[in-house]
Amino acid sequence: MSVLEVSDLTFGYGDRPVLEGVSLTVEPGAFLGLVGPNGSGKTTLLELLIGLRRPDSGSVRLFGSPAHEFADGERVGYVAQDDAGAGDSMSVTVAEAVRMGRYPRRLRGRFTDDDRRAVDDALERVGIADLAERRVGRLSGGQRQRVFIARALAAEADLLALDEPTVGVDAESRTAFYDLLDSLNDEGLTVVLVEHDIGVVTARATEIACLNRRLYFHGDPETFVETDALAEAYGTDRRVVSHGH
Amino acid sequence: MVATTALVTLVELQLLADGPASARDWFLDDAYGVAMDALADLLGFDVLGSPFMQRAYLAAVCIGVIGPVVGSFLVHREMGMIGDTLAHAAFAGVAVGLFVNATFAFSVSPFLTALAVAVVAAVVVQTLVERLGLYTDTSLAIVLTGGFAVGSVLVTATDGGIAVGINAYLFGSLATVSRGNVGVLLALTALVVAVVALAYRPLLYATFDETAARAAGIDVTRYNYVLVVLTALVVVGAMQIMGVVLVAAMLVVPVATASSVRGFKRSVAAAVLAGQVATVAGATLSYQYGVAAGGTIVLVAIGCYVATSIGIRVRRRATRAWQRAVRGT
Repeated sequence: MSVLEVSDLTFGYGDRPVLEGVSLTVEPGAFLGLVGPNGSGKTTLLELLIGLRRPDSGSVRLFGSPAHEFADGERVGYVAQDDAGAGDSMSVTVAEAVRMGRYPRRLRGRFTDDDRRAVDDALERVGIADLAERRVGRLSGGQRQRVFIARALAAEADLLALDEPTVGVDAESRTAFYDLLDSLNDEGLTVVLVEHDIGVVTARATEIACLNRRLYFHGDPETFVETDALAEAYGTDRRVVSHGH
Repeated sequence: MVATTALVTLVELQLLADGPASARDWFLDDAYGVAMDALADLLGFDVLGSPFMQRAYLAAVCIGVIGPVVGSFLVHREMGMIGDTLAHAAFAGVAVGLFVNATFAFSVSPFLTALAVAVVAAVVVQTLVERLGLYTDTSLAIVLTGGFAVGSVLVTATDGGIAVGINAYLFGSLATVSRGNVGVLLALTALVVAVVALAYRPLLYATFDETAARAAGIDVTRYNYVLVVLTALVVVGAMQIMGVVLVAAMLVVPVATASSVRGFKRSVAAAVLAGQVATVAGATLSYQYGVAAGGTIVLVAIGCYVATSIGIRVRRRATRAWQRAVRGT
């Protein structure tokens, strides 16, 4: 079964169309990089993929069921940009944040040995076990993004969705972060990454979707760099803008 | 679902307030009262021996628990203002109660009409935010001023009689804590603590990272409703002592005092501790010097906040200086 099946997806905010006729399929174990110019609908597509929004028309199937009705929350891990609004001022520790990964399975009641083991393993896997008692809000951007990866691992998620996770993270931590994503993907975790840095995506992803309202390209990175999908996607954007003025 | 629960709760509370309140009376007279009398003898504080102050202290302890417990989830969503909004809506509820009592033959407790109006207002505010996408500040301002406007019109619609009663609700007072009200407050406290204990994980997840909580399949919308209704209960429960104008402080100030504690669960416990210091010390000082209870409690709470902030800063500076000195040698 495919992880994601998107067919003829259309979505808009009010009268403003954001996505038109997008179709794509993501198989288990894929590392999909979503690229496109600013305002091209990347983030909106990601939100539709994990069921945070409902399509205007067309469909998004997540593990075989409509994404906006998808009930097995623990199968999807989500990592946003590191602006961490509320989380920053809260006194939540790294351990507490990673424990949240178990919440979809255990909304109340005591944590079992399995829950605790999953949390410990996740902390260990992303290399933040020594930070467990630190406050999430006091960590560097790179460390904080590892916490959110650990939360998804604690959930034993099958799909990791990331929205420009390394904006504002220093170059060294970025490389380490993407190395981690790579090795998690090698272990079988399906990854969907929204990223503005095309270099990162072509180097790391196993497939690329290039988006600007419509889907301009979906295929492997080698083909992507040979076609002019990128120029077309970005070029159209410029033409639309110049028409608007 | 929320509305039904609220209605059932309201009926139960009405029973508690004026029904066969033998359990309440047993608790107040034979359990809590006896214990407090013994404490008064032991410590030599006559204050603790009077049933009036015993009730006030019990109410103070309840307020010091439920305010910070619910506030811990509100403050970090920048929803601190919702307490103030619901308090002003509750004021309209008080006015409705007093108006009905003054105008019609039957009588209702203004406390309970306040509870009903505040819960409805909480649901309305949350619906405005969720459904219409109305900017939160705007919807809060509409409900806040609207509630107060209804209240002020109703107060002046009768011939002055109820304006006297309204003062106690506006600024709070220890004297208004009747047996019935303390029974309702105890029930509210039990209800609020139980709901937060049951919904702790989804509330925490939704507060910490709302989008991820939604992605994880948690019904964030439902828990947002739970949180605003809890806030309405806290506000009305605390209103008699704190007053409409100041009640929101108990949701915010103790939480701010405890914000440097590491770990969310521990910070909630610390906020409750800060809340207890503020309410118990505030009620004592208010009684001792005959000044407004709500104001005194808020001033003690803010005093704790300032003292804690300075303490932390001094300690941090001392640690840094010490580290420099060690490195220097």
